[in-house]
Amino acid sequence: MSTIVLSSLHIVLPLLAAPLLPGIINRTKAILAGRRGQPVLQGYFDLLKLVRKGAVYSRTTTWLFRAGPIVNLVTIAMGLLLVPFGGSKALFGFDGDLILFAYLLGLGRFFVVAAALDTGSSFEGMGASREVTFSMLAEPTLFIGLFALSRLSGSMSLSGILYSTGVTGWSVGAPVLVSGAFFMIYLSENARIPVDDPATHLELTMIHEVMVLDHGGPDFALVSYGAALKLWLLGMLLVGVFSPNLAEAPLWFREGYALLGMFVLSVGVGVVESLMARVRLLKVPQLLIGAGALSVLAVILVLE
Amino acid sequence: MSHGNTYTCSNNERIPLIDVPTLPTDSFLEEVSRIVQRGGRLAALFVQPFEGKNRLYAVALVGEEGGVMLTSCIVEESYPSLTRVCPQAHLFEREIAELWKVTPVGHPWLKPVRFSDSPIGIAEFFQVEGSDVHEVAVGPVHAGIIEPGHFRFNCVGEEVLHLEIALGYQFRGVEQALAGGPNPRTIHYMETLAGDTSVGHATAYSQIVESLAEVQISLRAMTLRSIALELERLANHTGDLGALAGDVGYSPVASHCGRIRGDFLNLTAMICGNRLGRGIARPGGVGYDLCDDDVSLMAEKLQRAREDVAVAIQLLWNSTSVVDRFEGTGVLDRNLCRELGVVGPAARAAGMERDVRLEYPSDVYRFAQIPVSCWHTGDVFARAYVRWLEICRSADFVQSLLTGIQKETARVQPGAMKANSLAVALVEGWRGEICHVACTDGEGRFRWYKVVDPSFHNWSGLAWAMRNQQISDFPLCNKSFNLSYCGHDL
Repeated sequence: MSTIVLSSLHIVLPLLAAPLLPGIINRTKAILAGRRGQPVLQGYFDLLKLVRKGAVYSRTTTWLFRAGPIVNLVTIAMGLLLVPFGGSKALFGFDGDLILFAYLLGLGRFFVVAAALDTGSSFEGMGASREVTFSMLAEPTLFIGLFALSRLSGSMSLSGILYSTGVTGWSVGAPVLVSGAFFMIYLSENARIPVDDPATHLELTMIHEVMVLDHGGPDFALVSYGAALKLWLLGMLLVGVFSPNLAEAPLWFREGYALLGMFVLSVGVGVVESLMARVRLLKVPQLLIGAGALSVLAVILVLE
Repeated sequence: MSHGNTYTCSNNERIPLIDVPTLPTDSFLEEVSRIVQRGGRLAALFVQPFEGKNRLYAVALVGEEGGVMLTSCIVEESYPSLTRVCPQAHLFEREIAELWKVTPVGHPWLKPVRFSDSPIGIAEFFQVEGSDVHEVAVGPVHAGIIEPGHFRFNCVGEEVLHLEIALGYQFRGVEQALAGGPNPRTIHYMETLAGDTSVGHATAYSQIVESLAEVQISLRAMTLRSIALELERLANHTGDLGALAGDVGYSPVASHCGRIRGDFLNLTAMICGNRLGRGIARPGGVGYDLCDDDVSLMAEKLQRAREDVAVAIQLLWNSTSVVDRFEGTGVLDRNLCRELGVVGPAARAAGMERDVRLEYPSDVYRFAQIPVSCWHTGDVFARAYVRWLEICRSADFVQSLLTGIQKETARVQPGAMKANSLAVALVEGWRGEICHVACTDGEGRFRWYKVVDPSFHNWSGLAWAMRNQQISDFPLCNKSFNLSYCGHDL
């Protein structure tokens, strides 16, 4: 199979399978809480329900409000083009694409925040301020971690960095630290416990969810779909970091490793959410700075 | 027994109306503030018509030895406000000004408590000024399926400087509808004053009727009523602990407690067929009796639920992330509790031994004591921990009541209430002290009926507990008080 087709399939797969991830997380949480829980496919049912609904727009909102979910979804989908899955090269890859990757997510967030501020609601304003504060702390961690790995692999492209760490690389210890830091970012960027609680209905405690309170119907479907896709996208990044060098492995092993990785990651998120409570909002920066410290430590190890 | 300025009675005692002293306004205010300064608290302060004039009554409690103190005065259009020297009169005086158009002169924030005769939702709010201050308005329509209430926060960033709580959206005129009773509707008003405190309010009402009719109910009836009251406490405390866990995103305990709460509710349903305890407490005893088989079955089921809840709650205390969220959040210290007249678990969490079951026992509590559960930190953790301690104590207490239950009639006919009399009934509901005061007219019907739900005392406690806290901690704080909107609005 040609690499182009395979890489294209790696774009189609997340687009179809992403809503499974929240389903797996929720099912894990339900089982650990002694409940039966919702169907794993609930994400799809919800999307189907939402796209068939109408949307209500406040008269105070402008085009920005409608653009928010769309731009967010598009930037995440564009991110999929840059991140390799299971050791195959990504569809697009060039030196420095990791910077494009980070700022695609940044652009998406900017529009979500702008759409939230556009409503003029005090809740959404609070959520927006929390979101940008915490993402500001998460961004350096991402860059420093990627810098450490890039130094280790000698590549400036995500396709070269991920799935490339050999035995010598792992023995340095940097990939372990970066995986730890990226798991923290994974939880924070995807609005999961201990940073945020996607299940809460308490608008005063929300971070990410409160920014999308005013979206309904198809717009909210875009928001939910975007959130699921982001779980997949950042999951691909994390699985790629926490992986042996798969360059020589057979295709079935590479694909299997990545898919299993995504599954284990989702179950892991569910387990974390069942084992601990959300931290106090004031302590979230400490968590993120802790993750940043891990990345810095990884850089120190790589620099010898 | 009357001595000079006050009449001292006990809980559930009939008092001839004529014995309640009527003081000059000055000495009334002096007397009430003296009682409060000596550590007493206002259970109720209200105006009722008397011989064409407005009569201001105060029901004050001074702890175990002092009993229930009653005093009154005649007021015209205004009188000097008590709130200046006695902050716990704050809400009572606002209510008086709203319902009776009697102005407490010098009251610091005289706005209506409810929307009894004004358009719903229109109110003024206290504002903090400054360039960095922003206001957040929450409610009356909320994201969850809860009752309506409006919360106005003045914040700097994430920090709350001041919270004002505006309720009254559920004002339905219950007290007004009770005058002239009792009639067939009365008991249903009582059981729906606050739906989660059906047994508490219905017990207080039953005690009012029994006191005014001077009837003695059977030991079995008292026991069953107290069992239902404690089961109500068990169910609600368990539900609250689960909801507190849910609010910090700790889902295992939230779902376990939700289920176990149902087990306790089902125990209540074993007595009367209703999970919320409707139909149990009735004037003269109880509406439903338990057969012997059910007594042993209930003991068995209670034991199982108690073991389950112990496992679930241990999970909560063993989770450091949960305890970290609870500790130091929403502190309401002892002094503030005393000043504001806070009651129930919220007061006990600040180290105050305030419990009607101990201080003013009625029914079965007169001879079977239940230890008071206290904690000293006054934060969310303390309010959660006191609930847990009370779950243990209540479950043991119900177990002991079930083993010693007497075989006798479960209900007597109360007969007619005595004319021109007054009675005070205090019951420790799961949320705190429930106070009912009723007065009969010349024909032995209710001349007026006053209800004070524990929420009425505690809402201001919540507002104060939020000062200098993170606004994101409000839902957690709110849940740790878990106050009633409809019990306040009446």
